[in-house]
Amino acid sequence: MPTSTPERDIDLESPIGGIPLVHQTLPRWAPHATLATAVLAGLALVGAGIGIGLAAVLVVLLYGVAIYSWSRPIEGARKAKDRVVTTAVMATFLLALLPLVSVIVTVISRGAARFDIEFFTHSMQGVVGAGGGAYHAIIGTLIITGLAALISVPIGMLTAIYLVEYGRGKLARAITFFVDVMTGIPSIVAGLFAFALFALFFGPGVRLGIMGAIALSVLMIPVVVRSTEEMLKLVPNELREAAYALAVPKWRMIIKVVLPTALAGIATGVTLAIARIIGETAPLLITLGITTGTNFNPFDGRMATLPVFSYYEYVNPGIPPEPSLERAWTAALVLIIIVMVLNLAARLISRLFAPKTRS
Amino acid sequence: MPATEQPVRPRTKVRQRPGDRIFAGLSTGAGVLILTVLGGVAAFLLIEAWPAIIAPADEIPGGEGLVLYIWPLLFGTLLSAFFALLIAAPLAVSIALFITHYAPRRLSQALGYMIDLLAAIPSIIYGLWGFFVLAPATLGPTTWLTEYLGFIPLFEGPPSATGRTMLVAVMVLAVMILPIISAVVREAFRQTPRLHEEAALAIGATRWEMLRMAVLPFGRSAIIGASMLGLGRALGETMAVAIVLSVSGGVTFNLISSGNPSTIAANIALKFPESTGLDINALIASGLVLFAVTLGVNMLARTIINRRREFSGAN
Repeated sequence: MPTSTPERDIDLESPIGGIPLVHQTLPRWAPHATLATAVLAGLALVGAGIGIGLAAVLVVLLYGVAIYSWSRPIEGARKAKDRVVTTAVMATFLLALLPLVSVIVTVISRGAARFDIEFFTHSMQGVVGAGGGAYHAIIGTLIITGLAALISVPIGMLTAIYLVEYGRGKLARAITFFVDVMTGIPSIVAGLFAFALFALFFGPGVRLGIMGAIALSVLMIPVVVRSTEEMLKLVPNELREAAYALAVPKWRMIIKVVLPTALAGIATGVTLAIARIIGETAPLLITLGITTGTNFNPFDGRMATLPVFSYYEYVNPGIPPEPSLERAWTAALVLIIIVMVLNLAARLISRLFAPKTRS
Repeated sequence: MPATEQPVRPRTKVRQRPGDRIFAGLSTGAGVLILTVLGGVAAFLLIEAWPAIIAPADEIPGGEGLVLYIWPLLFGTLLSAFFALLIAAPLAVSIALFITHYAPRRLSQALGYMIDLLAAIPSIIYGLWGFFVLAPATLGPTTWLTEYLGFIPLFEGPPSATGRTMLVAVMVLAVMILPIISAVVREAFRQTPRLHEEAALAIGATRWEMLRMAVLPFGRSAIIGASMLGLGRALGETMAVAIVLSVSGGVTFNLISSGNPSTIAANIALKFPESTGLDINALIASGLVLFAVTLGVNMLARTIINRRREFSGAN
């Protein structure tokens, strides 16, 4: 039976008792319009000679005040406050992107000057003033990072396997906890550790490539353990049980079933771990030092690496300092490119080779 | 008691194959090795620091003993890390809220990557950026601060002419620890039970009220834990501080003058390559102090974060 008063005829604005059932709201375009006005005002201020940074701050403040005072009488205090908080949250996000953009723009614009063939094909042997390159440092970085990965990946993966497949009880809990704690060890302390270890046997003047690799692996191992562990946990238990049902021994089950299933994820984690340590400067500064010539033997004396190279070009510039500083920035640019490529590669690996997971 | 029929269970012993034993031994060994390395870090630092600990006071650089050598450095370390955290923590929480609750869902993952990229930039690059870009940019604002807020000890001035001040070091550190804090907090916010949020919205809460009622209380211990992780990072950060900060060694709260206390890590990086003999031992002793402080902070942080994980019911 149809009701005598269809729903749409109820007057929501002034029902019985005079208490409205709906709130008035600002039109949907209100924030955009306010923002546009605020930005225009900001541009006018910049035109009037105020700095861009100050103008941006003023635009945000202006927008916040405007939207609050528009919203308050119409929507009430609570909604107005919500709009102000939304403004603040968005503004902080943009604020956080500012250093990222600024760093990348700075490094590219200043590093482009020496981003040439010579930089990648020459060492600093006998170079005074302009010219020279970071060939020795780039290869050195690759060798040291490679060695660090060679040490860290097996240890890290085996530990993760222990934690996921074998570990029960106190030992496993202790390892999990201290691996987490280890991710927070300052890189300089890792460098001091490697130095102290070798100084005990070879005396305090020792500088070797392998020392740097060991310092870096102290930093890299916990990252590898964490990411590998997460990936191994994602492997469905049905796969393990199916292998057991075929009477496969546990170690073969792990090697033939668990690891291949998690391989893409592990590779992603290792790539990210390498990206994290390849730019480390402090531990290499105190374990490898710097050389001007090429030394690719990690068991014999000082080696050059890209971050330390960049640091020394900045600290000890020649006269005039410009060629050195240009080399420092170009080294920074190469470093940032390597890190970005590694990050990108990690995302690609995880996207292309990820097994289909059931949620 | 009624006698229950015990089924006869043949206790078959699982045959231990040699492969199994080797593999289990290897993986356990790797785990134990990690604990050994952590212990080894402490042990070797202590061994190499020992000559400085027992040395007479006048042989330590500065000539006033090890404690007075390390104290200003420790002060600078704590000062810079504390203010960096003060700036970074609210920003990081706000960013985490933006990514989880404000950003369009399709963009949220990409925006998360962008914040993570901040963590990927090597610290030496932050140092160069702080020195060449940020420091000159603070010259104007610091003059303003001294002029109008000079009565606050932090901004007493006189402002540094190069901009290589504690303030810039603090800002660079804040940028560097922002991503780690925001990543941990983000994960916690993501795990907020959907029903809590929907219940808050259903009783008429605005978005901000919903965040305050449901999301922030749920993430509180993660925020505390993540902040302490960030603090640990800031305490141990080396190169950026070493490059940015112009050091004079005094103990002062003045953030914008040209006389700043150094930090332990930066001091090691700056002095180590040219040091010999007992100076090295003294530097390693300061490194041992830094290790102890960061270890304590990190252990506390992890304990707080893990406790949340146990009680939250998420996962």
